[in-house]
Amino acid sequence: MQPPSFDQSHLLGIEPLRPHEITAILDLAEDYVALNRQTEKHSEALAGLTQINMFFENSTRTQASFELAGKRLGADVMNMAMQASSIKKGETLIDTAMTLNAMHPDLLVVRHPHSGAVDLLAQKVNCAVLNAGDGRHEHPTQALLDALTIRRAKGRLHRLNIAICGDVTHSRVARSNLILLGKMENRIRLIGPPTLVPQQFAEFGAEIYDDMREGLKDVDVVMMLRLQKERMDGGFIPSEREYFYRYGLDAEKLALAKPDAIVMHPGPMNRGVEIDGTIADDIKRSVIQEQVEMGVAVRMAAMDLLARNLRSIRQAEAS
Amino acid sequence: MTTLFLNARLIDPEAGSDAPGSLLVQHGHILARSDQSDKAAFLAAHNLNTADVQIVDCGGKCLAPGIVDIGVKVCEPGERHKESYKSAGLAAAAGGVTTIVTRPDTTPCIDSPETLEFVTRRAQADAPVNVLPMAALTKGREGREMTEIGFLLDAGAVAFTDCDHVVTSTKVFSRALTYAKSCGALVIAHPQEPGLSAGAAATSGKFAALRGLPSVSPMAERMGLDRDIALLEMTGAKYHADQITTARALPALERAKANGIDITAGTSIHHLTLNELDVADYRTFFKVKPPLRSEEDRLAVVEAVRTGLIDVISSMHTPQDEESKRLPFEEAAAGAVALETLLPAAMRLYHAELLDLPTLFRAMSLNPATRLGLASGRLSAGAPADLVVFDPDAPLVLDRFKLQSKSKNTPFDTQQMQGRVLATYVAGEPVYRKEA
Repeated sequence: MQPPSFDQSHLLGIEPLRPHEITAILDLAEDYVALNRQTEKHSEALAGLTQINMFFENSTRTQASFELAGKRLGADVMNMAMQASSIKKGETLIDTAMTLNAMHPDLLVVRHPHSGAVDLLAQKVNCAVLNAGDGRHEHPTQALLDALTIRRAKGRLHRLNIAICGDVTHSRVARSNLILLGKMENRIRLIGPPTLVPQQFAEFGAEIYDDMREGLKDVDVVMMLRLQKERMDGGFIPSEREYFYRYGLDAEKLALAKPDAIVMHPGPMNRGVEIDGTIADDIKRSVIQEQVEMGVAVRMAAMDLLARNLRSIRQAEAS
Repeated sequence: MTTLFLNARLIDPEAGSDAPGSLLVQHGHILARSDQSDKAAFLAAHNLNTADVQIVDCGGKCLAPGIVDIGVKVCEPGERHKESYKSAGLAAAAGGVTTIVTRPDTTPCIDSPETLEFVTRRAQADAPVNVLPMAALTKGREGREMTEIGFLLDAGAVAFTDCDHVVTSTKVFSRALTYAKSCGALVIAHPQEPGLSAGAAATSGKFAALRGLPSVSPMAERMGLDRDIALLEMTGAKYHADQITTARALPALERAKANGIDITAGTSIHHLTLNELDVADYRTFFKVKPPLRSEEDRLAVVEAVRTGLIDVISSMHTPQDEESKRLPFEEAAAGAVALETLLPAAMRLYHAELLDLPTLFRAMSLNPATRLGLASGRLSAGAPADLVVFDPDAPLVLDRFKLQSKSKNTPFDTQQMQGRVLATYVAGEPVYRKEA
């Protein structure tokens, strides 16, 4: 079979991807969903390759997901908690990248608290770089796993009404999703208090609502975002209880969406702040656990495709 | 010593003219100009013989008053590896800048007569162009106590500024303005509402939203300017806004000028020639302070330079070493070197037919000189012969490693530009000649 067309050497964001490349990742991810559901979940797609996870910012879920994805594909996986390491000793990001590069990794998974930091790092190394979240900029694998979840639940990834709700300003997940779902021809609504929703996103074709009840009317997908208290430098909302009252997803507000609307959340959730616990746990509406499952599969697919390109580039260079 | 600049295209910002002519220079000053091509008659009129006069044939290229650049950062004392008086002086000469007005935001900052004397001594020893130092308005640029404005004036400070630090206490600022007025000192401020702009790396808008960069509304500049104008009404001080970069600030500036407030305003060459989209994929050489603005703002500011509402164009030359720029955008240092790219970048506005050459040199030479009480910046008889000869059409591809500055952080690297300095003269003496 002809391998799916995917021409990227890094996965730095959704922005550089073309729609057929997004589809290529999702299609391959379906295969890995099937693999992951077997008892024997092993492939040799990344055999012999070294994957380093560099997390300059705390992460449990994403790091575990990438680690598992790499191991299931047979890569040698190493985790580096960068907060505890040489950064503290004053080493710059680029020096750290050069040092790691000298150890010949093949896949570098990077999370960093500053927007654009992963792009910068990718310029300095000669391996495939995957962005696991940079500041408020992008989190491409999250958007891809969300897309796969939507496609499986709704049977398509186009012409859907999708609401992205809550703290958009501080969310790289929202940016990547906005770009991805826009590229796939969906209607996107951004819902949240105006202090947390950049109004400029209207210029990208998103509809902006500050009334959640109005915004949720007849949507197919409700994507909740975490209130990122750690990124706030003061005073975006008056209190969590007022936020929950006006923008938290509860049964009453969800009733305004389509009856078969699904509820998503990238996690970790603040129950009782942006989402009512009973909705999060409602297996008829919530696909939050499925998102986690899709996360491993999508990351396997992305790393597999990047590794294929990496191998063919290196082969071409060698010959 | 007499020199005749023959066969030139004279750019006279005072007269607003751009016409062929020749210029006679004697003992470091301009003696006379002529629009006749007959050099013998011109010399005879001033009782001179051809044999006694050194002839410089400008070959039809432009001859303009040298640039007076307010707000140049030379990194002495403190960070000489980024820029010294020698390297800044060579860069200025190569860029047609004949007077650099230096910023006090060094380490330590220039806030006492003693540090000012150090700077003056270093400049005299090493720089081939005129160097006029500015001093801090408050001690340590901390916005708490005013500096010894009187002593500093006596030591040669030409203006007082805390640079990009806004004096947030209106009480401190109003007292400093009041005191400065009694000394006749010019205060230069950075109009910005720091409460709004803290932590920002970009201007609010579509681009910053997409790139996920912390951003500041362009309104913060107008808020800062509005506050300063109110304080000027209170105190009557002599004031210059270092950089006006947004459309929203312009009406306030216009009203203040119409009301007779002693206010002038500058802008930077980067805000005139680049916009926020140039940052593209987090290119830190395009990180300046204030951040680059929208295209609408850029065009409004260009228009304000054309009408004269904005008086001065500066390079805002800010050297940064490679390490300060090889960082994620938010962490990277702000600023760009620009002494050598000021003129070619300004020529972009000329070739785009937005500003003519006399208007550009009004903003780069005449107005800054006038604001500082200097006799330079013009081509009239008696003015110092600080001159630049340049070819506005000559093309170049900028190679940052060929810059004279010790720091190479220019946003114009690898860009095609038009406009080359051919020679620079300070007090009639050549300080730079382009190699043929």
